[in-house]
Amino acid sequence: MTVAAFTFYLFAITTVAGGLMTVISRNPVHSVLWLILSFLSSAGLFVLLGAEFVAMLLIIVYVGAVAVLFLFVVMMLDVDFAELKAEMAKYIPLALLIGVIILMQLGMAFGAWDYADAVAANIDAPKGTEQNTAALGLLIYDKYIMLFQLAGLILLVAMIGAIVLTLRHRVDIKRQNVMQQMHRDPAKSMKNIDVKPGQGL
Amino acid sequence: MVEFFTNTNLGIVLVILGQCLLVLIPLLVALAFLMYADRKIWAAVQMRKGPNMVGPFGLLQSFADFLKYIVKEIIVPAGADKFVFFLAPMIAFVLAVITWAVIPFNDGWVISNINVAILYVFAISSLEVYGVIMGGWASNSKYPFLGSLRSAAQMISYEVSIGLIIIGVIISTGSMNFGDIVGAQEGGFFSWYWVAHFPMLFLFFISALAETNRPPFDLPEAESELVAGYQVEYSSTPFLLFMIGELMAVVLMCALVSLLFLGGWLSPVGFLPDGVFWMVLKMSAVFFMFSMVKALTPRYRYDQLMRIGWKVFLPLSLFWVVLVSFLAKFEVLGGFWARWTMGV
Repeated sequence: MTVAAFTFYLFAITTVAGGLMTVISRNPVHSVLWLILSFLSSAGLFVLLGAEFVAMLLIIVYVGAVAVLFLFVVMMLDVDFAELKAEMAKYIPLALLIGVIILMQLGMAFGAWDYADAVAANIDAPKGTEQNTAALGLLIYDKYIMLFQLAGLILLVAMIGAIVLTLRHRVDIKRQNVMQQMHRDPAKSMKNIDVKPGQGL
Repeated sequence: MVEFFTNTNLGIVLVILGQCLLVLIPLLVALAFLMYADRKIWAAVQMRKGPNMVGPFGLLQSFADFLKYIVKEIIVPAGADKFVFFLAPMIAFVLAVITWAVIPFNDGWVISNINVAILYVFAISSLEVYGVIMGGWASNSKYPFLGSLRSAAQMISYEVSIGLIIIGVIISTGSMNFGDIVGAQEGGFFSWYWVAHFPMLFLFFISALAETNRPPFDLPEAESELVAGYQVEYSSTPFLLFMIGELMAVVLMCALVSLLFLGGWLSPVGFLPDGVFWMVLKMSAVFFMFSMVKALTPRYRYDQLMRIGWKVFLPLSLFWVVLVSFLAKFEVLGGFWARWTMGV
């Protein structure tokens, strides 16, 4: 077995085992940690494919940001997990259905599916000499610029929507005025008084 | 003999292992003395003597501390999640160490010369939050938990601006390899990126302070409020691992500042040769600044820390990325911001 094959099996097994443990571990925080392991090993698989840029993005975006958010939420939520587990039995038929559908789709994709000639040519096209970061940049920002802009626009709309839905102005609370706080100085906020002994203020 | 080390798998593994030790051992020894330097500088500012008992001038103080840490008893709090409790300090240590795999100390003096080196460093340092957050949660205690929550929010916030500042440098260089980034700064003191990316040097430095939980942004371990944050329940070797990880992250930030803005191993003047000496000197100078900041500034309030991160640094660095893109695209000042055109 070559080194590359050995590393592939190492990462592949870790990914699958991490996914499995995510589902079956009892403690939800452990679940998130296993999920992170799974993400990291799939980043390793991307590196083996020669797509190091995608691998780094996967780590930065999913592990560095999204999974931290998961961990945050799971750690702070006070949920009775024993109760949740008991309720899970109700959803097993639905989960099985979804699993079977995905399995069938995968079977179709790898069994009966055939690519159009143009797509097949794209897949088999020899890799350019440029680094894959540059190649990705050329594809996204040059060839598919309009689609990229459209995707950005949709995300922007989604973000504005989320802000509009959650923003509310409450009138009955005290707010900080940061500029006012920063420009507060001793001369304005206190004064020295020369107190005579025995008299007080 | 040479054939064995370049052609067989075992030989290559041995060579890589040797390179790793060659980087790691000097780094750990340097860390001991940097810790000492940190305390001495801090003491000097406060007109104290600092550590002066162990060895001449107290030089061996860090080694005495090291011995003390490893021979003490490890205490595990009742109700702690044992596995995660011990995993956390190991993660903190390992993540701090593996970043050094892509940091060059001289032209070509690097364990792994990869194309996306700077992204790799950024990715690994974005993982460093896990050591803190896991340690705080696994301790099953309130102070560590609060400390780890603070730390997680703080590190994520400042990572955003660090990432944007790095993008500015990448745009100027046209590459994510450290060798190329330093190579693009060739030409003496005034062609280093601290001139081209002037305000970003300070933004990066301050963000680095927040990212590594150094004072004045050491809110995760604010001893006056949270005892010592996520480290409260840790003792002995696990605590030592946290400490080493933290200090190593600081030294890594020093290396990043030197490589990105201060020309790495390049000599500031033409008549002196480039070399590893300059890199070490620059890193030490930046570390001195880290120590001075620790000694001089009072601790920030948490909401102010968050305000600076999101409302000041993020817009500024985002604006800078747009500005640099324009300056680079139109080759202002003969391509001062577009160094990839100069070599071609």
